[in-house]
Amino acid sequence: MSKIPVKMTVNGAAVEELVEPRLLLIHFLREKLGITGPHVGCETSHCGACTVDLDGKSVKSCTVFAVQAEGAQITTIEGMAEADGTLSALQEGFMQEHGLQCGFCTPGMITRAHRLLLENPNPSDEEIRWGLSGNLCRCTGYQNIVKAVRYAADKINAGREAAE
Amino acid sequence: MIPGPFEYHRPGSVDEALALLVRHGEDGRVIAGGHSLVPMMKLRLAAPAHLIDLRNLAELRGIREVDGSLEIGAMTTQHEVVESELLQALCPILRETALMIADPQVRYCGTLGGNVANGDPGNDMPAVMQCLGASYLVRNAGGQREIPARDFYEGAYFTALGEDEILTAVRIPRPPEGQGQAYEKMKRKVGDYATAAAAVALSLDGGTCSQAAVALTNLGQTPIFAEAASQALVGSGLDEAAVAEAVRLAREAADPVEDLRGPADFKRHAAGVMVQRAVARARERASA
Repeated sequence: MSKIPVKMTVNGAAVEELVEPRLLLIHFLREKLGITGPHVGCETSHCGACTVDLDGKSVKSCTVFAVQAEGAQITTIEGMAEADGTLSALQEGFMQEHGLQCGFCTPGMITRAHRLLLENPNPSDEEIRWGLSGNLCRCTGYQNIVKAVRYAADKINAGREAAE
Repeated sequence: MIPGPFEYHRPGSVDEALALLVRHGEDGRVIAGGHSLVPMMKLRLAAPAHLIDLRNLAELRGIREVDGSLEIGAMTTQHEVVESELLQALCPILRETALMIADPQVRYCGTLGGNVANGDPGNDMPAVMQCLGASYLVRNAGGQREIPARDFYEGAYFTALGEDEILTAVRIPRPPEGQGQAYEKMKRKVGDYATAAAAVALSLDGGTCSQAAVALTNLGQTPIFAEAASQALVGSGLDEAAVAEAVRLAREAADPVEDLRGPADFKRHAAGVMVQRAVARARERASA
């Protein structure tokens, strides 16, 4: 099968590659671009470890072909911190609240939580749990993940109030 | 897991997509949100040689009220169903059901059209569409036809949709004022398909049930419109005996098979419980 060109913006950088249509977005990111933050977990759209932000939606990149992302704006965990390396509120929250143990699910968790907080800046614990229900963690029992997202929401909201 | 090779097409109009389907025959397959098809392709249970991506077809998007009906474009995502204020106001069972489908990431991609056209008995929207008396607008190169949801499903993954056709929209008769609706779904975990689920819509006139529809998910090879169970409610006061009779008839209509979600008898039992709960909640929500 012939390769076809695909263009998209990943973490602010324009990228263009020739790909086989069957190449999944997760493999495009990891193997073509070397962006290895999104993880290959279950490969069956259950675990959410491969979650990326695609045109304002949280998407499991193991269930999307790279060609379907033509023209898309994609953000991965690599695009979450500030340019100077300052961690995002969510990254800081996962660190402060011990929101990870092995860390395998963390890029997907943070990327998903990023979109959740943009849509719902002050979620209840229950809304956080429903919002992250497409991301599985086998270590933490989720308690500290919920706390980490709460931490980030509070920090972002405090910053917003201070700015007003 | 790597899918088999295919050629990728991104048509700019429904006509162009239909022409591709005609040209490639059974080697061609349309892809909407892809969250049923891509997993099937990764498992090599599906291996279309030509994949026709509907993502650029603006004609297939949007939620409108047209001539007393709600018309929802096939490419409307479950997320968009959840977010739609129009649907929440006029037909809230759609939001309730969409929120029980998969998880947030999948709902951003998965479409209503894909959910109803796929023919997977585990999909939730087909029973809801049967309950609401909806129909599907289907286009082929020759024109358009409308297929009632209650006539659409023939077997697991077999539907009335021809291989040269595209389902373009779902048309739902505007539910009557005061109708109560509920979808009850028993599942093992978030994101799972139903062990048993029931959709109920009913209207009350004074204390009497003047209209009712009951449909079942994942309790047979197709969604099941439980007509006898529906009729058992109409004309009753939704008293214990009438509901028990509807539950009995719904269990009779169910035809589940044993799988990892449980033995057939258990699912048949659960079907009745889902119907009972859905009737109770629809009744609470109905205004006389």
